[in-house]
Amino acid sequence: MTDLAVDDRPVLAGGGDRKPPAQAKRRFQGRRIILMIFLILLALSFLTPALWMLNTSLRPEEHVMDFPPGFALSHPQWGNYTTVLRNMPVYFLNSVKLAVLNVVGGLIVSSLAGYAFARLTWKGRDALFGIVLVTAIVPNIIYLLPQYILFQKIGWIDTLFPLWVPRVLTPVFGTFLMRQAFKTLPAGLEEAAQVDGASTFRTFLTIMVPQTKPALAAVAMFTFLDSWNDLFGPLIFLTSPDKQTLPIGLAQFQNEFYTQVGPLMAGATVTVVPVFIIFLLAQRYFIQGVTGSGFKG
Amino acid sequence: MAIHTAVRRAEVPPEVRRNRRRRTLEGWLFALPLVFGIVAFQAAPIVVSMYTSFTSWDGFNSPRLVGGRNYVDLIANDPIFLQVVRNTIVFTVLGVPVTVVLALVLALLGNLKVPGTAFLRMAFFTPYVMNVVAIGFVWYYIFGPTNGLINQFLRTLHITGPAWLADSAWVIPAVVVVSAWQGVGYPMMILLAGLQGIPEEMYEAARIDGASAWSRLWRITLPLLTPQIFFVTISQFIASFQVFGLIYVLTKGGPGYSSSVYIFYLWQVAFQQGKFGYAAAMAWLIVALIAVLTWIQWKLQKKWVFYD
Repeated sequence: MTDLAVDDRPVLAGGGDRKPPAQAKRRFQGRRIILMIFLILLALSFLTPALWMLNTSLRPEEHVMDFPPGFALSHPQWGNYTTVLRNMPVYFLNSVKLAVLNVVGGLIVSSLAGYAFARLTWKGRDALFGIVLVTAIVPNIIYLLPQYILFQKIGWIDTLFPLWVPRVLTPVFGTFLMRQAFKTLPAGLEEAAQVDGASTFRTFLTIMVPQTKPALAAVAMFTFLDSWNDLFGPLIFLTSPDKQTLPIGLAQFQNEFYTQVGPLMAGATVTVVPVFIIFLLAQRYFIQGVTGSGFKG
Repeated sequence: MAIHTAVRRAEVPPEVRRNRRRRTLEGWLFALPLVFGIVAFQAAPIVVSMYTSFTSWDGFNSPRLVGGRNYVDLIANDPIFLQVVRNTIVFTVLGVPVTVVLALVLALLGNLKVPGTAFLRMAFFTPYVMNVVAIGFVWYYIFGPTNGLINQFLRTLHITGPAWLADSAWVIPAVVVVSAWQGVGYPMMILLAGLQGIPEEMYEAARIDGASAWSRLWRITLPLLTPQIFFVTISQFIASFQVFGLIYVLTKGGPGYSSSVYIFYLWQVAFQQGKFGYAAAMAWLIVALIAVLTWIQWKLQKKWVFYD
């Protein structure tokens, strides 16, 4: 489970409970149970929209808006999914293609740059890092209009290029994370290899990169999320219906099936499930990335 | 100075100098892909969009310089723009406190000494990884005026609920609810990390002095958490000013212009009306707005953020 699950944390408002005297123990147990029930309800209320989506995607159309919503698991209707899979393979493929390109490219560029900023001493390093910091602060919208004009001039509109090339070459957040990760490695790790006459690049690839797996996982995770859930990019750069990615394909799907909730929810579920699976597998790294805690390889 | 360097230079043996030059070359080579990307896709676009904002341009014909007219038109002659700015401010003023307070409550709960907190934290984080279009589908039906989950539930209590997304008075609060539900996971994680960094001894001391749970919360937890609270407030505020996806999938800015927000209107101006100069001016105005408001918050933090 998560790294954060340290079990000797203070109770609400901090501080452990006083050792309850024997007679107070029973009352305290009761309070704990009430608290647990409340927390379970709270968690469920947060999950409700996702559960409702999943439930509705498996129900016959005439019952989707029933209240209270019945459970689909007694008679799941898989028909909605066949409708979706007939209509969406192209979008799915485009989204997967983009995610792979973005993740692989982003990892290469951000680990190279992160290494240069963290472990190499060179003229102009700190000035350059300052510039990278500044570009991270400026809202994306400033870049997008000129990028659109540039891609129009070189004939990239309605291709997948605008959705991965700029992103792969400007992985600012990834570079920060990788720099952090390389910085935490012990000093002198490179020296042994360099004494043996390995080149800087070879040392980086064979000795240093393998030490930063958790950070690489976090960068991969964030890059995947960004790429998979991007709406604005495909909306402005892609024009023909068959070039779209999942989010836009899903929105077009809505125009086609707006009277049928079931297929729409099946489409939404198909879009969300891969992310959930990856999130569950890499949760630990993801949380480390969010909280910016040091990466211990 | 020059003599000085000359002397120093002479002292540095040539092989060391060669080494230094090689190291600089190596550093730049490692950073090259990123440097190229930043120059081509960020630094150059900043210059281009600055210039564009002073032109009238449809993106096809050559741009015509019009000076500051775009900026003047936005502020003085575009009632829609003013409404969009107002909507964005309302969305932010409602949404940021709701999200931050909710994140704080969830972080405190997620930090309890009860079993299952890992599951709890995951549940709160789930919406954060969901695709905004899928989120839009689900909430669109939850907010449905007659068949929606909320109004059907209210009907069982004999209350007639509003038309939510179709009612200009309720549409922004409704989107705020979705935005808080979706966006609370990230600030919650940051606050949780902050909570776990508070030293146990603090609470020990307070308990020996007989401080109640409430006073421990008000006098220890919250003051020590102010740096994280400040950070999530600023980052939520910056994100809130640039909200686009939720509006696009839930309301398309409607009804009328009642939920049209800044970036949504900018997208319409640029990509549906083809007014690139005007849109570039809008982009610079929001950057200026965010910069000024962030700077004010930065100045104010001295008054309430507690750094030890």
